[in-house]
Amino acid sequence: MKAIVCAFLLVLLPVSVHAQDESVKLQSANVDLSNTASLQRGAKFFVNFCMGCHSARYVRYNRVGKDLGLTDVQLESYLMFAGGKVTDTMVSAMPPADAEKWFGIIPPDLSLESRSRGADWIYTYLKSFYLDPKSATGVNNVVYPHTAMPDILWELQGTQKAVFSTVKNPDGSTYQVFDHLEPVTSGKLTPEQFDKADRDITSFLVYMGNPVMLKSRDLGLRVIGFLIVFFILAYLLKREIWKKIH
Amino acid sequence: MSTEKEKPDYLDVTGGWLHKLRDWIDARFPMSKLWNEQVAQYYAPKNFNFWYFFGSIALLILVNQIVTGIFLAMNYQPSAGGAFASVQYIMRDVNWGWLIRYMHSVGSSLFFVVVYLHMFRSVIYGSYKKPRELLWILGMLIYMALMAEAFMGYLMPWGQMSYWGAQVITSLFGVIPGIGNSLETWIRGDYAVSGITLNRFFALHIVAVPLAIVGLVLFHLIALHEVGSNNPDGVEIKKHKGPDGIPLDGIPFHPYYTIKDIVGVTVFLALFAAIVFFSPGLHGLFLEPTNFEPANPLKTPTDIHPLWYFGPYYAILRSIPDKPLGVMAFVSSIFLLFLLPWIDRNPVKSIRYRGVLYRLLVGVFALTFIVLGYISMQKATIFWAEIGQRIQELYFLFFVFSWVYTRPRSRIFLAGTFVVVMAVITVFDWLGWDPAIAQLKMLTWLIPGVYCAIFLLLPTYFGKLLMPKPVPERVRFK
Repeated sequence: MKAIVCAFLLVLLPVSVHAQDESVKLQSANVDLSNTASLQRGAKFFVNFCMGCHSARYVRYNRVGKDLGLTDVQLESYLMFAGGKVTDTMVSAMPPADAEKWFGIIPPDLSLESRSRGADWIYTYLKSFYLDPKSATGVNNVVYPHTAMPDILWELQGTQKAVFSTVKNPDGSTYQVFDHLEPVTSGKLTPEQFDKADRDITSFLVYMGNPVMLKSRDLGLRVIGFLIVFFILAYLLKREIWKKIH
Repeated sequence: MSTEKEKPDYLDVTGGWLHKLRDWIDARFPMSKLWNEQVAQYYAPKNFNFWYFFGSIALLILVNQIVTGIFLAMNYQPSAGGAFASVQYIMRDVNWGWLIRYMHSVGSSLFFVVVYLHMFRSVIYGSYKKPRELLWILGMLIYMALMAEAFMGYLMPWGQMSYWGAQVITSLFGVIPGIGNSLETWIRGDYAVSGITLNRFFALHIVAVPLAIVGLVLFHLIALHEVGSNNPDGVEIKKHKGPDGIPLDGIPFHPYYTIKDIVGVTVFLALFAAIVFFSPGLHGLFLEPTNFEPANPLKTPTDIHPLWYFGPYYAILRSIPDKPLGVMAFVSSIFLLFLLPWIDRNPVKSIRYRGVLYRLLVGVFALTFIVLGYISMQKATIFWAEIGQRIQELYFLFFVFSWVYTRPRSRIFLAGTFVVVMAVITVFDWLGWDPAIAQLKMLTWLIPGVYCAIFLLLPTYFGKLLMPKPVPERVRFK
């Protein structure tokens, strides 16, 4: 019987492999939410580079301050360039109507981007822009082809070009497949430094997606610890009461 | 007098005023009577095992859902413009709002985990059989109400999957001939799912359906206490009573099962806490990534699928290319469960004493359910549609074979059933014949083929495989 099932599954194997679609391999973001310094740097990058266009309209400055150990004065001088109160949410100064005129779409709110896309997607996306003269912004992206977003980090990363390889179809025709990215000009940061900056931004986005994660793990350990002790007591009581039953 | 010494009366410790209070209430309301009849002198079989924890756990989750739901409703705004933002407000600005919301969302998924285990218990120990048919039907009604509750609750966050899931499921009413389209519009209150739909679903989700569920649960418990619990051996404990009229194999629910359930509940709560505090989304299984984008009626997500607990039925719906036929299969896959007491009428209740093949059948049925759930999460490719169609056939064949195994059958009957079943399947294949997937279709034909051969042809040679074992008179304990 087992042999039949195995043989049967083997027959199906090529079909199932064929059924999978090809997508770009995402790099691991390796986010560490306990690294507060990284989150603080990420917040700084976020307000400097992302918030020109994107908002995080569900996130309040003073909540970020509380979670990342920043005082109100620090928040005002490092993260809040346009003034406002620390109790405000992180809303971009760019009017949505203008954004739509300039980019064709309203830049999405980033409060929950890490929940819908995942950390690895954000991390890989931010480092996968390449020069493409056919695009309106002059760049394209491997992870999200034809993205409307310009390569906002190019000053830090430098520019890259995409190298494609040619694949032959069985009928002799050919098509292009993305192979890898090659640096064209270098930026202010070395590749290692840029990866670190990219990770900082990603970490901050992950934090914003579920800010309570910093606290909930500690609380969870205490709750489960209590339940383990309670379980031992409840089990001993159960054993005592059930002694009489044969 | 001696029993008095063994059992100290705690009500006396405080000087007897609690005694007086109890008597005062008992003269006006049957408090002690209810407690004794339903708990302290309600006799349950002493051989309950792991599978018997899930009833009380389900009750606990129901309470959790109601309590957390009340607190959520205090801060939630049921409008197309405000719903998504109000959930984020609860998650970020309301004190402990995140915990309440995660307890509610994780609770809803675990409710289904527990209810599925509870139902599977009934299947393996034949708890739906006489005299517990109504108990089973009331349970099925709770399950249906729970599905309606979960479906409408899923619209509340007003994310992309909320919106499009509701759009797809409400569109199913459109296939009913004649009234379909009007019914669809009537349910939505609009031509497409909109803020109006959200408002009415909110009303149904927080008032109407919970009331129905609580009422049905009460009826379920009344029916249970009337007929008494089944047990892993599937023998009636009421057949053997002592001189005092108490079943010999019965023990009072309190304290024996109250303390045992507390132990079970503690283990469950630890699991619950682990998910709530460490991975509330459970890698997209309990909270889908697509639902973190606000609902957008102009942008259809590439892949729409319901949360995992509707997965098996959704796979059945999706695997049939013809929509009305798919809806019929979907509806009957749930409806057949109602009829289970009349489909499987084998006098042996517990799987412990049924034939080898019946045990295998139930095992494969559980596997079928899980595989269908898995398929529902895959992209809608030709390959998965085809596999889904085949596994779906196995799902329905469970009911056919359960009926076949009801009593000893002749070889001719078994072989005849095999021929009929395979002929029906082949005719269906032939009707939906597509030359493009001919090879795949012929290959996968083997899935129901092998399945039917094992359950129908094998016993024609090895009759022993269907033979039940002798059922003991009394329950086995330890």
